[in-house]
Amino acid sequence: MKGLDAVDFRFRPMGDRSLLIEFDELISPEIHRQVRALSQAIEEAEIPGAREVIPAYRSMAVHYDPQETSIEDLCLRIRELESRPDAHDVSGSRRVRVPVCYGGDLGPDLPYVAQHNGLTEDDVVAIHSGATYLVYMIGFLPGFPYLGGMSGKIATPRLPEPRTRTPAGSVGVAGTQTGVYPIESPGGWRIIGRTPIELFVAHEVPPARLWMGDSVEFVPISRAEFDGIRARAETGEPQWAQMGGP
Amino acid sequence: MSIEVLDPGLLTTVQDLGRAGYERYGVPPAGAADPYALRLGNLLLGNEEGEAGLEVTLLGPTLRFEEDCWIAITGADLGARWNGVEAPLWEALPMRAGDRLSFGTPRSGVRAYVTVAGGVAVTPVLSSRSTYLRAKLGGLDGRALKTGDRLRIRAMPARHRRLPAKFVPMYDSSPFHVVLGPQEERFTQEGIHTFLSSAYEVRPDSDRMGVRLEGPRIRHAGAADIISEPVCTGAIQVPAGGEPIVLLVDRQTTGGYAKIGTVISADLPRLGQVMPGDQLTFAACTLAEAHRRLREREAGVSELRKSIAAGGLDCRRTLQVSTPTRTYAVEIDRQAAGRVSVRVDGTAYDVAVEAQRNRVPPDAGEQG
Repeated sequence: MKGLDAVDFRFRPMGDRSLLIEFDELISPEIHRQVRALSQAIEEAEIPGAREVIPAYRSMAVHYDPQETSIEDLCLRIRELESRPDAHDVSGSRRVRVPVCYGGDLGPDLPYVAQHNGLTEDDVVAIHSGATYLVYMIGFLPGFPYLGGMSGKIATPRLPEPRTRTPAGSVGVAGTQTGVYPIESPGGWRIIGRTPIELFVAHEVPPARLWMGDSVEFVPISRAEFDGIRARAETGEPQWAQMGGP
Repeated sequence: MSIEVLDPGLLTTVQDLGRAGYERYGVPPAGAADPYALRLGNLLLGNEEGEAGLEVTLLGPTLRFEEDCWIAITGADLGARWNGVEAPLWEALPMRAGDRLSFGTPRSGVRAYVTVAGGVAVTPVLSSRSTYLRAKLGGLDGRALKTGDRLRIRAMPARHRRLPAKFVPMYDSSPFHVVLGPQEERFTQEGIHTFLSSAYEVRPDSDRMGVRLEGPRIRHAGAADIISEPVCTGAIQVPAGGEPIVLLVDRQTTGGYAKIGTVISADLPRLGQVMPGDQLTFAACTLAEAHRRLREREAGVSELRKSIAAGGLDCRRTLQVSTPTRTYAVEIDRQAAGRVSVRVDGTAYDVAVEAQRNRVPPDAGEQG
């Protein structure tokens, strides 16, 4: 992992309580690692007045209390982190397997995604579950993972009219992106399946099952397996056991 | 030990000052859209500033108090009525078991706050009692109040206090100050000029997520979309259509539209009070100016806190009433609309005041 001192980023104020830190304007695993490393270093440094660090694709925000720190001091303290040798490594990422029941009433848009790309439904499932995805960031909805690494072979435009209700656990495709709705929400993604696993659990800390840097694989399961996992979840059995980690 | 909801109104939710520290997990802050009004309501009651209260939207609820407790109504003037008679705002009010609080015609602002001495007792979720409806998080089962709900409270004693007029915020139409950026370069000079020199009307589909505006289109210099990045409350996104959206407390944590500016913290409470149809204007301000305005407001709150601690806001009157034979110490309390409690040399009397609006207003009574 490259040290932060070799990394170029710049500061921009966002309003009077947030500092935006920007890296190169592109989505790539390398930029992602730089964002992760710096956000982790800022958190660990416990800079006075810094309240919250929100990392994204190629930028992060640091919410601060202007009564406790000036923006100049905050920027200085963050620049200083570059020269600290211990702040350069990002902690190891996890491999997470997310079971998905594809198609049927849990994945109503699977036929469309297949037809749009001149494939069979089985092809779409094989392609979608055959890749490993990087969680670039969490945003949009509580626990929603922005995943990178989907094959262009199953890329499909969004619905012309978003659905008013997309159930929690829905696995969708939008353009060349794929993602999982952690909570029920309106949405325009093409839904190809559903996971029985809850990706957002409000009473747990952290509440999001996935975190930036995680490697995600989707594992096809049958409807019976889906129902079985849901039924066991109702009884309060921990779901991580079924995901192979962490 | 609770408040019964006889009618929930349009949208009444439990809110505190929001859920800090979970944005990285995609959880928006939520909390009071006008945090200043909630803070002042709590201070008047002797609560911590961030205690949970009710956020009442436009058409207020009807509540029945099942026990004695102190409340304050702050924020918007939504025509609050206490047992059918107009209730004073920005003042600690003693509710008696059986009293009713209702709301009538909105007069100014959109969101009123009903705070309770001791606070509303709901279980915190992710360190906050705020309701975030979209994820059914926090508050009362993650939802708005409904008829028949019983809201548990932890009633604590309080005192009569009235907020000095200079602290009562004006929900006026003065320009909202913005710090430009962080994507100024995504807009043409003309686009920025349009934004700062035009009036924008608040659209009816505005909500706690954002204030959607209609007005002269703001020209982008290039694409309107950016790689999704974190946002903050007050940030002004301009999608390709050119009409701005100002983000409020239920906003997403990240967004993919270029942002022309951000409303400064000192003006955010007033932003939580804008109503569909209102005309908004924006004025650029430096970061230093934004911080100065925030310091001024917080200095005011500190002054208020000290003044409360010193008893400076207490508005119960003790009078000396002399008769030819002796002098009595008389304490007069406003107890409810139409009811006054009089304590003469330590003995309490409840006095019903008839036709008090025309003949014997409680204020006149207090002044002897």
